[in-house]
Amino acid sequence: MKTSSSNTAKAASGIPALLKTAGFNALIALVLFSLMVGVRTEAGSDGQLTYWTRFGEVASLVAAVFGGSIVLELLKQWIGPSGAEKLVPPAVRSGMSFVGSYLAPALLIFTLLVPVIFYDQRYILDLAILVLTYVMLGWGLNVVVGLAGLLDLGYVAFYAVGAYSYALLATNFGWSFWICLPLAGVLAAFWGVLLGFPVLRLRGDYLAIVTLAFGEIIRLVIINWQDLTGGPNGVSSIPRPSFFGIPLDNSDNGLAARLGIEYSPTHRIIFLFYLILALALLTNWVTIRLRRLPIGRAWEALREDEVACRALGINTTTTKLTAFATGAMFGGFAGAFFATRQGFISPESFTFQESALVLAIVVLGGMGSQLGVALAALAMIGGFELFRSLESYRMLVFGMAMVLIMIWRPRGLIGHRAPTVYLTKAHAISSDLVKEGHG
Amino acid sequence: MSRDQILEVDRLTMRFGGIVAVQDLSFAAERKKITALIGPNGAGKTTVFNCITGFYKPSGGAIRLSHDDGKVIALERLNDFRIAKQAKVARTFQNIRLFPGMTALENLMVAQHNALMRASGFTLLGLIGAPVYRDAEKRAIDLATDWLKRVNLLDRADDAAGNFAYGDQRRLEIARAMCTEPALLCLDEPAAGLNARESAALSELLLSIRNELGTSILLIEHDMSVVMEISDHIVVMDHGVKISEGSPREVRDDPKVIAAYLGTDEEEAAAVMESGS
Repeated sequence: MKTSSSNTAKAASGIPALLKTAGFNALIALVLFSLMVGVRTEAGSDGQLTYWTRFGEVASLVAAVFGGSIVLELLKQWIGPSGAEKLVPPAVRSGMSFVGSYLAPALLIFTLLVPVIFYDQRYILDLAILVLTYVMLGWGLNVVVGLAGLLDLGYVAFYAVGAYSYALLATNFGWSFWICLPLAGVLAAFWGVLLGFPVLRLRGDYLAIVTLAFGEIIRLVIINWQDLTGGPNGVSSIPRPSFFGIPLDNSDNGLAARLGIEYSPTHRIIFLFYLILALALLTNWVTIRLRRLPIGRAWEALREDEVACRALGINTTTTKLTAFATGAMFGGFAGAFFATRQGFISPESFTFQESALVLAIVVLGGMGSQLGVALAALAMIGGFELFRSLESYRMLVFGMAMVLIMIWRPRGLIGHRAPTVYLTKAHAISSDLVKEGHG
Repeated sequence: MSRDQILEVDRLTMRFGGIVAVQDLSFAAERKKITALIGPNGAGKTTVFNCITGFYKPSGGAIRLSHDDGKVIALERLNDFRIAKQAKVARTFQNIRLFPGMTALENLMVAQHNALMRASGFTLLGLIGAPVYRDAEKRAIDLATDWLKRVNLLDRADDAAGNFAYGDQRRLEIARAMCTEPALLCLDEPAAGLNARESAALSELLLSIRNELGTSILLIEHDMSVVMEISDHIVVMDHGVKISEGSPREVRDDPKVIAAYLGTDEEEAAAVMESGS
């Protein structure tokens, strides 16, 4: 009773306010459109300026804005204040939390079965490999951004270091993938530490800018150091991975011949699929374990309050460096995988756009959440492919989807934080309390 | 410095540009005693604290800490996290600095970081789940549980610290500092914002820390009921210098203290000082 009466009171007092808002919007529209639409100028036949007026169109546009504003305001009053509460009904949300608890295992089982289900669909397998690469990159960056709260805009640098490490070691020395993979990770981690030392004194925006610059420096060095990296031409004919020494090709020595089955190029794709899945799951397993160890707790504590960490005797510099190195190492693994899958790498693959995409995946997923990052990678990479039929409207639809998600879930798909240790029962911690870190 | 002093501040000076926040301050804190640092707002108490706990590098003077085993550490030469790690000085903050997104138990586990890091073989042993680490973690949880019991927050162990009421956060911060197993506990206004009942509980907690665990305490406090009740020794500061020192009774009766604390109106000052006894 009370709410309805207050609603009507609000609506009654709202009519002048409503007209005022609509009038104001119409005025802005009038100012803008009278120049943009009202006067049309064109070059005449002799190059002189000709113009004519279109006041009728302006009038209809302003009227449309006026009417539209009123409708929008009424809709706002009818729906009430926007926010998560109103956009998603409670029933849907409780259903989602039920689904949420079974989502991770279900997703894992489905992923394991992807090559079986889509055996003949090369496109889907390739897309799945791409998504998994970004899942791995997202999980790697999650250590730095999500757990330690250090905003890293140059993550692609470590991806590049890993890719070039593998490509150069494999093409120059002929080392196998399985020797080069750990080396690529170690080299990337080494660069992570090297970058970390001067940079970690900086905080917040400054850290973000310097890491951004570092990403560009690595790319420019690769372009210009022609003797080593081949410059803009990249490195080609990078060896394909073998099945622990057995090549996956159509020769007599190949895996297919040894197993006595008919050779198919899909075998290699499926092998690559399970390889990146294993690498991604390794990243996930290590991260989950690290979170429950003192080093992982120190990362999260660092994100929450750096000063308090120092007062508790935590060496914040080495703690940050380990986070950087761990994230970089996973980036390096992913880079080595990228190089062996493509068979060809060039600096064009390691632009800032990649860093931004991986960071968007981490932020959209909910910083620190492993499942959230996986879902976000699926949504970002898979979703982008899904909208391919919309052609030039693809970016528009994609952008709108992102805006809606950010209204609905400002802290990412999975915003809450799970405690790393508990006495009686682990309660999820609301995202409002969890800090984002500031450098 | 004598055996029964844990902390000796010797002619400590701290300048910020042209402003002298602390000038030639000398005092000592005795082992297994509670020493209070009091003074009006802006007297430089928190600056002294920040010098002792390594957040500021003093412009001059010496700060010496002596451990039970007779080892003397020059605090002004250590910096940053090393004061907490090596010199075993723990502190709390005037504006509480918990890890709000972590549970109470996690907060206390982070405090035991250095011990747990060693036990986890700097992460490698922990990563493979070595029994050495598992035992150490169990002991760490036991210590944390023990402290949660002491500060009466055991039933909220798994709740986020950011959700706690103000008084609970204050107690949790003290528990977190104590989980580092410090030789000297520095508390910056632990009773600020507490009601009378909570203040009384805090006094009890601090006395039990001194009596049962033998931890020396240095505290800054404005709440005179707490200071007068629990302090063994009081140092009074004003405008960056020490103006008085002694037992609670001596300090309370010192006319200089009364004048500094409440301006010139000595009658009112005496009344306030009296109310704290």
